[in-house]
Amino acid sequence: MSIGSKRLVVGAHYGLRDWLGQRLSAVVLGVYAVGLVLYVLLAGDLGYDRWAGLFAAPWMKVITLLALASLFYHAWVGMRDLWMDYVKPVGIRLALQVLTVLYLLGCAVWSVQVLWSV
Amino acid sequence: MNTTPNQKRPEFRNIHVTQIVGYRLPAPGMVSILHRISGAVMFLFLFFVIWLLQLSLTSELSFLRLREFASQWWVKLVLVALVWALVHHLVAGVRYLLLDLHVGVDKAASVTSALTVFAISLPLTLLAALRIFGVF
Repeated sequence: MSIGSKRLVVGAHYGLRDWLGQRLSAVVLGVYAVGLVLYVLLAGDLGYDRWAGLFAAPWMKVITLLALASLFYHAWVGMRDLWMDYVKPVGIRLALQVLTVLYLLGCAVWSVQVLWSV
Repeated sequence: MNTTPNQKRPEFRNIHVTQIVGYRLPAPGMVSILHRISGAVMFLFLFFVIWLLQLSLTSELSFLRLREFASQWWVKLVLVALVWALVHHLVAGVRYLLLDLHVGVDKAASVTSALTVFAISLPLTLLAALRIFGVF
């Protein structure tokens, strides 16, 4: 982006991408969450067989995987924004961001393993 | 015309943590900070939710263990807190998407929609809490 004729404003250019990504992932998560809650509410007495059977279906695995990908992206952008807004010392902020990434990556691997175990 | 104020009025710029209690936050501000808090709560309890999912899916036996585990009152309290976080985050999130589409941006409409968020999220959380604690 240029300001005036000489000055070029540069940046990492991830602002718009993250802004849009946060909203798209939010829509995916909202639809998935409402759908799953409605299923549970309408399914009546949900035992292990039907619950596990739902997640055993290939289409449900794909949809859930998409929701999980959205979840971890969404959580990363959200938590990064919180750290950037509230934690000013660079060292502490960086440490918290690294811990956030490690925690989310760990949860991501684990959740996919859980999903594929059924 | 006398333009000097009679008394110095309180100024809130970058408010400090210690000023939070005395700070009168309007309804849209309450929705906003609770959107952040509810998101952070779900982030912190993410491992717990994945663990619950694991128990529910691994086997018939682990499914029963989950039922037993979730019958404790303190687990029920955590579940109610997580339900509130999810419902508030979701309803407030829909409001933010509408604001992004320039729906209800003016002050009066944004106050109304913020109050609507609470009018939806709090009764839903109450219903879920009653269900979780076995009232119905």
